[in-house]
Amino acid sequence: MSATPAAALPAPRDPALWPRLGLAIALAVALWPALEIAEFDPATLFDPKNVETMGRFLGTFFPMALGADFLALVGQSALETVALATAGIALAIAIGFPLAMAVSESLSVARVGPARRAWLGPVLRGPVRVLLILMRSIPEIVWALLFVRAVGLGPAAGVLAIAINYAGMLGKVYFEIFEAGDTRPARAILEAGGGRVNAFLYGILPVAVPELVSYSVYRWECAIRASVVMGFVGAGGLGQQMELSMRMLAGGEVSTMLVAFLLLVLLADTVSAALRRLLV
Amino acid sequence: MNRGAFVWTPWAVIGGFLVAAAASFAYLGVDFIGLLSGESARQMAAFAAGFYPPDTTPEFLARATRGAAETLAISAVGTLLAALMGTVLALPAAGRWGVALKPLARFALNVLRAIPELVWAVFMVLAAGLGPFAGSLALALHTSGVLGRLFAETLENSPREPMQALRDAGSGATAAFLYGTLPVVLPQYVSYALYRWEYNIRMAAVLGFVGAGGLGQMLYVSLSVFKTHEASTLILAMIAIVAVVDVLSAWLRRFLGRSGA
Amino acid sequence: MNVAIDDLQLVLPGDHRALAGVTLAVARGERVVVIGPSGAGKTSLLRVLGAALRPTSGSLAVDGADPWSLPRGALRRLRSSIGTVHQAPPLPPRQRLVTAVLAGRLGEWGLWKGLGSLAYPADIAGARGALARLDLAERLFDRCDRLSGGQLQRVAVARVLYQRPELILADEPVSSLDPQLADHTVGELHREAQARGITLVASLHAVDLALRWFPRIVGLREGAVVFDAPPVRVSDQMLRELYAAESPVIPTQGNQPLELPERKPRAAAQPLCR
Repeated sequence: MSATPAAALPAPRDPALWPRLGLAIALAVALWPALEIAEFDPATLFDPKNVETMGRFLGTFFPMALGADFLALVGQSALETVALATAGIALAIAIGFPLAMAVSESLSVARVGPARRAWLGPVLRGPVRVLLILMRSIPEIVWALLFVRAVGLGPAAGVLAIAINYAGMLGKVYFEIFEAGDTRPARAILEAGGGRVNAFLYGILPVAVPELVSYSVYRWECAIRASVVMGFVGAGGLGQQMELSMRMLAGGEVSTMLVAFLLLVLLADTVSAALRRLLV
Repeated sequence: MNRGAFVWTPWAVIGGFLVAAAASFAYLGVDFIGLLSGESARQMAAFAAGFYPPDTTPEFLARATRGAAETLAISAVGTLLAALMGTVLALPAAGRWGVALKPLARFALNVLRAIPELVWAVFMVLAAGLGPFAGSLALALHTSGVLGRLFAETLENSPREPMQALRDAGSGATAAFLYGTLPVVLPQYVSYALYRWEYNIRMAAVLGFVGAGGLGQMLYVSLSVFKTHEASTLILAMIAIVAVVDVLSAWLRRFLGRSGA
Repeated sequence: MNVAIDDLQLVLPGDHRALAGVTLAVARGERVVVIGPSGAGKTSLLRVLGAALRPTSGSLAVDGADPWSLPRGALRRLRSSIGTVHQAPPLPPRQRLVTAVLAGRLGEWGLWKGLGSLAYPADIAGARGALARLDLAERLFDRCDRLSGGQLQRVAVARVLYQRPELILADEPVSSLDPQLADHTVGELHREAQARGITLVASLHAVDLALRWFPRIVGLREGAVVFDAPPVRVSDQMLRELYAAESPVIPTQGNQPLELPERKPRAAAQPLCR
């Protein structure tokens, strides 16, 4: 327990010095070109032309556009958004559900014992998995743009975009829910010679349903928000109207629609939370 | 298996949903059957066929790479800015600057969060012109709301003792915060920010649709003139850059998790 | 630094009377230890003395002035000359020992030097010196979460030593240490107080340590002073009464039975010539 000898030695250098310096340099090296490529230039925010445009636009935000005709239009658009999201989710479930079943190994007859066409299972599962990944990796708004080009402006493009993109997401999560549950009842039915459909209906589905519905409700809520955003590329609903108003720099209309959007999202959030609480 | 009372709630929701779905289709009045069959289907198939093969000419690949770099830069700059703004906003939002500022800060964070990135992007294009800067700003604004709220929660749940002990020993508030609280919350902040980067790269890719630069802007242009081969390459580039950031983010989280201050 | 309280009452939120009329005066350079059962109010007393907790009623005077009526700058300066060792070391887990110890002088350094020290420690030799006194010099650049509870307690003591305060308040500074280390650590506090002529007020759960190192023992129970005497005047009976509600055995650092120093009455004065 000595004190003086240690104090007499010269102070050691901080071992973290070089690693920290290295990290700082690495960050600077990574950040500098990033700022360049991103054309980071705060000065442009204060460029008189931009300030004038932005200022004029913001100035028109108040008073909000509250005319009866316009409010009716906003109401219709909001309703269209909800319909868009609901129809889209419905299709997404119709597509994603069977895909999830196809990928689900718990329904594999081949795993239980010898089966005809045992080779079909693995052959099918691989490509379906890739398909699901592709469907959900491409952002929904890209799907929206693609469908707008394919079927024209309007809610149809939005419905199809949500259908494809969300089928990918739902397919994956449905599959995980199927697998996570107790697979023995299903296997028992398969072992007893029952068909795959029966094994599914009586073995897996009963336990999985609350979780499936809960996640689907959550996805519906996301779809409402996504539908508004997709509208900006022409896929109908409140988003499309907002984009039109923004292009015309009609700030009053934009502010009304922003409020409508926030209320819509809040409503969807409340409904979704309430339903999910009921299901737990 | 539970053979107890029949749980009707999920089935009621499903039933209600089926009704809502039918009503939605009716309201939209879109002829989906017609859309997906006949002449319309043939046109769509032709459109889809145009995506294969992707355009791999050197000049376009170079442009696509440039676009990918721009998207990456947008996501990185945007997320970094958001982390800084979020750190600052988290302080009043957690009540560290007094009772009066707390609801104000929380409200500001909610507004930032509620407005989708794309809407912010349209605003930023007005404020800063077309190009990636608008994209970075849009991401920064929206994400600072998200991160600010997460940071504030972390701050509220962090122990007060280290900072308080330093203040009791005569330290100023800022120094006590930097020595006492920041070391505790910073790892969590960084983790949140890196996770958010993985989401933001997906967002950055599409903000270009409204003129905020990167792959999105290129994709919008390509699709507007129906150059589907180019579009195909760009979509593949989007998927690739998302994968890159996912890997980078996971690696950084592991690497930073091991070191300390 | 001298500190004096008179009829001090402290009522905590929840209507818990932590201190019920305590009167205590500690002169500059004195070394006082406060002992008593858990919940007696030792921590509260030390916090009040350190101007970290405001008394409900009664007077508090540090160097003759009431700290709570000082302007903010003066109060900060006062606080930077009071060093507190907390019962639970308030050290961020991922912070390195060198940074944790150097934080002791933040009151003196100010914001800019403190910021700079975060990038590169401003006084590695000083931090190492403080840790060396607690036998932890070789852990200088380790992170706090790599240390045991006992080691962290010693780091907290090192930080206070580095701070060079005029008043040290040590709240159960050795509760997680084995008897040998505890003895050394309390001894280090004692040596610091003696060498610099500063005031030391400690609270200890282990009576043997208290009796061995401190010339003045204050017994606290249920927020009131039961006795205030030098070790020779503290009898076995007084100690048993103090700890009666808690346990029949008087607590010591190593949980060995307490051996009180011999209390022979002073020998009759020998005649000068013999």
